[in-house]
Amino acid sequence: MSDTMRPETLDQLRDAVAWAVAEETPLEIVARGTKRGLGRTMQTDHTLDTSAFSGISLYEADELVMSAGPGTMLAEIEAALAAQNQQLAFEPGDWGPLLGQPAGMGSIAGIFACNIAGPRRLKAGAARDHILGFKGVSGRGEIYKAGSRVVKNVTGYDLPKLFCSAYGTLTVASELTFKVLPAPEKTYSVLILGLDDATAASAMALAMTSPHEVSAAAHLPAGITAGFGVSYVREAGAAVTAIRVEGPGPSVEHRCRELRALLAGFGQVEELHTHNSLRFWRELADVAPFAARPDMQLWRVSVAPLSGPVVAAALPDATYYFDWAGGLVWLGLPPAPNAHADAVRAAVAATGGGHATLIRAAADVRATVPVFQPQDAALAALSRRVKDSFDPRGVLNPGRLYPGA
Amino acid sequence: MQMPEPDKAILARRAEIVAALRDIVPGEGVIDAPEEMKPYESDGLTAYRTLPLIVVLPSTTAQVSAILRYCHENQVKVVPRGAGTSLSGGALPLADGVLLGLGKFNRVLDIDYDNRCAVVQPGVTNLGITAAVQDRGFYYAPDPSSQIACTIGGNVAENSGGVHCLKYGLTTNNVLGVEMVLIDGTILRIGGKHLDAEGYDLLGIIIGSEGLLGVVTEVTVRILQKPAVARAVLLGFPTSESAGNCVGAIIGAGIIPGGMEMMDRPAIHAAEDFVHAGYPRDVEALLIVELDGPAVEVDHLIERVEAIATANGAVYNRISQNEAERLNFWAGRKAAFPAVGRISPDYFCMDGTIPRRRLPEVLTRMTELSQYYGLGVANVFHAGDGNLHPLILYDANKPGELQKAEDFGADILRLCVEVGGVLTGEHGVGVEKRDLMPAMFTEIDLKQQQRLKCAFDPDGLLNPGKVFPQLHRCAELGRMHIHRGQLPFPDLPRF
Ligand SMILES: Cc1cc2nc3c(=O)[nH]c(=O)nc-3n(C[C@H](O)[C@H](O)[C@@H](O)COP(=O)(O)OP(=O)(O)OC[C@H]3O[C@@H](n4cnc5c(N)ncnc54)[C@H](O)[C@@H]3O)c2cc1C
Ligand SMILES: Cc1cc2nc3c(=O)[nH]c(=O)nc-3n(C[C@H](O)[C@H](O)[C@H](O)COP(=O)(O)OP(=O)(O)OC[C@H]3O[C@@H](n4cnc5c(N)ncnc54)[C@H](O)[C@@H]3O)c2cc1C
Repeated sequence: MSDTMRPETLDQLRDAVAWAVAEETPLEIVARGTKRGLGRTMQTDHTLDTSAFSGISLYEADELVMSAGPGTMLAEIEAALAAQNQQLAFEPGDWGPLLGQPAGMGSIAGIFACNIAGPRRLKAGAARDHILGFKGVSGRGEIYKAGSRVVKNVTGYDLPKLFCSAYGTLTVASELTFKVLPAPEKTYSVLILGLDDATAASAMALAMTSPHEVSAAAHLPAGITAGFGVSYVREAGAAVTAIRVEGPGPSVEHRCRELRALLAGFGQVEELHTHNSLRFWRELADVAPFAARPDMQLWRVSVAPLSGPVVAAALPDATYYFDWAGGLVWLGLPPAPNAHADAVRAAVAATGGGHATLIRAAADVRATVPVFQPQDAALAALSRRVKDSFDPRGVLNPGRLYPGA
Repeated sequence: MQMPEPDKAILARRAEIVAALRDIVPGEGVIDAPEEMKPYESDGLTAYRTLPLIVVLPSTTAQVSAILRYCHENQVKVVPRGAGTSLSGGALPLADGVLLGLGKFNRVLDIDYDNRCAVVQPGVTNLGITAAVQDRGFYYAPDPSSQIACTIGGNVAENSGGVHCLKYGLTTNNVLGVEMVLIDGTILRIGGKHLDAEGYDLLGIIIGSEGLLGVVTEVTVRILQKPAVARAVLLGFPTSESAGNCVGAIIGAGIIPGGMEMMDRPAIHAAEDFVHAGYPRDVEALLIVELDGPAVEVDHLIERVEAIATANGAVYNRISQNEAERLNFWAGRKAAFPAVGRISPDYFCMDGTIPRRRLPEVLTRMTELSQYYGLGVANVFHAGDGNLHPLILYDANKPGELQKAEDFGADILRLCVEVGGVLTGEHGVGVEKRDLMPAMFTEIDLKQQQRLKCAFDPDGLLNPGKVFPQLHRCAELGRMHIHRGQLPFPDLPRF
């Protein structure tokens, strides 16, 4: 049972980190704690809880900018944005249920620190593409800031990008500033039924290389479709390949028609209108198929889009589906002490590049299996030096990413 | 602006360094004759010039690695250079440094349409990437005005943007991976054809690092399908305030145009006199709003933009009826720099960003500064994202005017920071804004950035004198003052 500190001011936050530095005692950094189960298993005696830094401090819709404390709930942010017809364009999902936590409890810090992004990643970028700035405390126990509140800025190194995907190992944020964007008026999806994985990848590539501004493309093999809320998908009884278009009404209707015509040769084609589309893609952002299969160990693989099916084909025991036009593969596997890491990573390596992250497995497995893609010696050494430059005593989430980082 | 004093010991070893570099890059790849090095003495910030110690033009990654390893072992400074179009002096040579030109890295290595990416060498020009993929209807989205000349390596180093970056992103949003050589010769590959490299987002900090972290030797970029149609509307306003409000209202209505540019009266007149684009002369602000996408979408949105403009007091309104007219609308904007060059012997192009709603106030104060310094200023403005390009008019032949122009520029940038903006939106800090960094960052902020530099380049050999106003040794930066003490705030709740 670790001792928890919950500072309420920036100075207290600094003091807490400075104390840990002096004592050389590692801290676990949490905002709402729903993603504690992500990453390597750590040993820390103290927890630094930043949930007191909560709430939206700046929102200027026509400047496309928002600032919020790290503990602000994603749900609160999404509600504030929806009231102005805006959204986080990188479409972060709620991974709570996926990780055995309740829904609707995740914080904005968790989204940025873990660089979470949903289906729109392939068009609009990830969390890293939308963060603009932060304020916080480095592992040296110093208050500092980086970036700004304007959407276009190249002044100094882009440290906010480094904050994303650092999993709290470099800086404890007290405020995050990020870009927000208009929500589309309409959202339609074209569904193609019954394709095998490789054909689906070709269909998605064809859609993506069309001028129709596809904003998401996913392929669900037949076994995966049963749990979906939208009846068109749930009752398809076959694999479903889904291609999304968004924007002003007339444009969406037009592009939906064009895509249907373009893809008709692949198989039976259906469409989802806005209401159904929003529900369907939200379920994909939340990785709902695997939230419903808590028994499985879960891998998240990023490869070149056409390589997705190649990875899946190399793992006959896997349950899987594809997002990002094939480039993102969610792989569920029956529990094993090594989480099938060698097989998964060999399958990724065989495609020539990419990475595999163990998203869900028991703590003892995540303590021994490399959760994040192992790096070559040069990259690992550089990563360690980067860690040292922010957190020389290793007090912020040490070992969460890699041994020593 | 002061550059660090050249190291006499290095200057004295010049012949030996030339010989060592010739061993690595045979033939004409090493230039040491002063008259042949002349073309490299400055970049786009021509107010500053220095002859480099030596110019070296490698053509393979192995050569780059060997050059850097040699320079590291011999403590010789290195300045990377692409096409030399930087407007902030990022590629300004050092008298005691090797200028490492990447012009020979000019090949497109792989075009992968199905995965929608291209792998290119860093010396390929920005427009060269589009040229290589356009027969299949693709293009590379970030489009700096210098795109005919500037290289993708320079774009990566500066995180360059262009008029379309509000909708399509900056360089950093369109690069998937790089190969980069560290100062000790280590060759790294980061990212690739997949999204989101694993571990720390090193790609994210390399992009925009102004040649201070490593030399980029290969770049994988995203390519996009060209939008089916683009149409532009020209809108004139009686005040910059009404134009600014119109921009806010367009975005507030949920419309992100492909491009949205503003020009003030002096810029409108200079451009109109130069290219006769048909701009109205009797307005205080002109907006060019470009919508792109499927024809139905563009037609639909252009009507909405027109209605918003009318509601915000537009007094002039013209929609492009064909491609020739659209290009003509842009011709004036794209020629704004040379147009201003015609009305003034010299000009400085500034590059601050502000929260857009502060525009009227910033323009008013800029007019006051213009009167104070007795120097003219014309403004072009990436209106959608608040990125200002004030062009300060001066005459370098008049004693004292260069200094006045620099002071005027510095005041403008401090003003940008004061209203909540930043020193540079896309041109980089370089040497130009280096000494202004403390206006935006505290000493702790800047030292943290420099510590990151130490992780890549512990001896500070890559492009020193750029970006950071004060050079610190890495050992000094690494020191920590530790105060042992009680557990903080014992009265706070613990669980
Ligand atoms: C004839 C018909 C076909 C439908 N086909 C689909 C389908 O293929 N996929 C799907 O997901 N949903 C379909 N629906 C359901 C319907 O579109 C949604 O339930 C409705 O609530 C639309 O809301 P939305 O915001 O999602 O739709 P929007 O994105 O606004 O689109 C609505 C579309 O459906 C048409 N539509 C909606 N309601 C009616 C109606 N009462 N009568 C005639 N046309 C209507 C509209 O013309 C428009 O093209 C259909 C409904 C009808 C009546
Ligand atoms: C007329 C004009 C218009 C412009 N318009 C725009 C615009 O619209 N938007 C915009 O963003 N910029 C603009 N610029 C600025 C400039 O073109 C960009 O900054 C461009 O990216 C510089 O590219 P370059 O190849 O010329 O780089 P250089 O000027 O040669 O170098 C720029 C920096 O990059 C570093 N560098 C270059 N290559 C490498 C490499 N391979 N590895 C590591 N570091 C490297 C250099 O050390 C230097 O710090 C404009 C410039 C001009 C002259």
